[in-house]
Amino acid sequence: MSAHAINAPSARQKWVAGSLVILYALVTMIPLAWIMITGFKSPADAISYPPKVVFEPTLEGYVNLFTTRTRQTQEFLENNPPQNWADEIVRQYDMVIVGPSKFGERFLNSVIIGFGSTFLSVFLGTLAAYAFSRFKIPLADDLLFFILSTRMMPPIAVAIPIFLMYRNLGLSDTHLGMILLYTAVNISLAVWLLKGFIDEIPREYEEAALIDGYTRFQAFYKVVLPQAATGIASTAIFCLIFAWNEYAFAVLLTSATAQTAPPFIPTIIGIGGLDWPAIAAAATIFLLPVMIFTILLRKHLLRGITFGAVRK
Amino acid sequence: MAEIVIKNVRKEFGDFTAVKESSFTIEDGEFFMLLGPSGCGKTTTLRMIAGLELPTSGEIYLDGEEIAQRAPSERDIAFVFQMFALYPHMNVYNNLAYPLKSQGMPRAQIRAKIDEVAGILGITDILKKPVGGLSGGDRQRVALGRAIVREPKAFMMDEPLGALDAEFREHMAEELRALHDRMGATTVYVTHDQLEAMQMGDKIVVMNNAVVEQFGTPQEIYDKPATMFVADFIGSPSMNFLDFSGTIANGDTAVDLNGHPMGMPELREGASGDLAFGVRPEHVHLTDDGTYRGEVLATEYLGTTQIVTLQTPNGEVKARIASDQTAKTGETVGLSFNPGTITLFDKSSGRALKSALNEGVLHG
Repeated sequence: MSAHAINAPSARQKWVAGSLVILYALVTMIPLAWIMITGFKSPADAISYPPKVVFEPTLEGYVNLFTTRTRQTQEFLENNPPQNWADEIVRQYDMVIVGPSKFGERFLNSVIIGFGSTFLSVFLGTLAAYAFSRFKIPLADDLLFFILSTRMMPPIAVAIPIFLMYRNLGLSDTHLGMILLYTAVNISLAVWLLKGFIDEIPREYEEAALIDGYTRFQAFYKVVLPQAATGIASTAIFCLIFAWNEYAFAVLLTSATAQTAPPFIPTIIGIGGLDWPAIAAAATIFLLPVMIFTILLRKHLLRGITFGAVRK
Repeated sequence: MAEIVIKNVRKEFGDFTAVKESSFTIEDGEFFMLLGPSGCGKTTTLRMIAGLELPTSGEIYLDGEEIAQRAPSERDIAFVFQMFALYPHMNVYNNLAYPLKSQGMPRAQIRAKIDEVAGILGITDILKKPVGGLSGGDRQRVALGRAIVREPKAFMMDEPLGALDAEFREHMAEELRALHDRMGATTVYVTHDQLEAMQMGDKIVVMNNAVVEQFGTPQEIYDKPATMFVADFIGSPSMNFLDFSGTIANGDTAVDLNGHPMGMPELREGASGDLAFGVRPEHVHLTDDGTYRGEVLATEYLGTTQIVTLQTPNGEVKARIASDQTAKTGETVGLSFNPGTITLFDKSSGRALKSALNEGVLHG
């Protein structure tokens, strides 16, 4: 082979590689596309077999997701003309919108708990990782192993003790309780990932800042943090994905006030069965924050998952 | 600008002693070299002066003030790192401005200061560039700029030329020395390269195994080594040691090498046992008729001079002679040594014996 073959792929190699990536993307995106499309179908189209690829799109699923409706008499419907386009959609089932559904609230809970615990995990994780990376800590290796050991069994294995503990502490069904729980699960991942990144940052940068007249803490946040941005961003994505998608603890510990979207979505009931378009609409909206967050941080993520191997 | 006094400074890392009680004085405005092989404690010593490590015991005085346990930011000392340690998320200008910002200097003054320093170092046209794409030489200049911009009392440099290409290093060494002469600031410079130390330093401290072996001017250290380590470490090829044993007395001016009397500076102390007769290669002369003879093992041509390796009754000897002088491998030739340049060593302690040559240079 000629020497350039190692570095520069030929047009044919590029074509093959490109096709494989597109094929893989197609396979993985089909379920996503199916969910997103179903959100715009009518209940009848959603469960028709064979599945309809061409259909008349409707916002019925989204309207049902965000509202509560009630059936009304023909007389009432005639005397009260529809007030807006959403009202009009539900009239076809002789119903009227009587108020918002709980989805908005549940979604907001997910945002508060997901981002709250992500922030807390990354914040505490960064401080701990910096300390483990830079200072002489007695029993540092044992402490790190202890932190890791919290992930050696599936978190749900301790569900019952946590349930009892939370009940006694008054943390059940509270935002704070869920943020603390998800932080406890994520913190070991955050410490270990971030320690790897901070280890890679040469100490000389901080020492230069110390010499330049800054305190240790100023050196940390003005010099180390910007260097660790890649690691912090990718750690944040991993933490958010876990907290955002978590289902089992949410079912067990939350109900009225702090319930997140995952346990809520499957409970969306329509008329005469599950309201699949509304569920699909909920899933679509539920996907968005993580997607946006990941797209915003994707530059860092790509470098992040190589674990800093290509730095310097 | 400042005088730095190191007094009985010691540094331990757990069970490991990096620097044993060391004392020396760096005078105001000196270009001072800390020289030694890797792991000898020279960088630790430098970091202790800068405050990046705190000594286990001992005192460090900067301008008469004791600073050994102070934070680096309270010392007014600048540091140039081997890998430069330029802040990678800032451009050149901000790297230079960083130490000034910590002092709360007004923006306009910072700009004026940086323009001045950039002019001195010839980096005015790269001020807006990110540091990532700079060449080694420019990085070096920016690192120097960051050090000089705040006009500290003293500069610490940790092998600042180590990361540069050999070709460029020479040039940078000259630039560095010229910069020092222009500013007259006390500079402490760590290197393992004895040529660099000799070339640039006003004074040199030679360290080995966590102790200071000798300190003095380059000439003193080269001509009057205090220990066998210094004699061996400085100079290329290093000093020849002709081994012999016997007893010599205070006042002797010659020793007996395998039955041949060899002249040397008058001794100021006596010694007995295993000794070494130290002579630099350039003070070894080849003669046809000398009675002390050796066999030529190899010759190495270096342009104006050549290095001839000989086997003598007292061990191998290297001679630096003019390259037009002939020396053939296998030949046996006579050797003579410049008597005024000889240093005798006690092999068991490695110490040089006091003589008319080196008295006044040796400490303790």
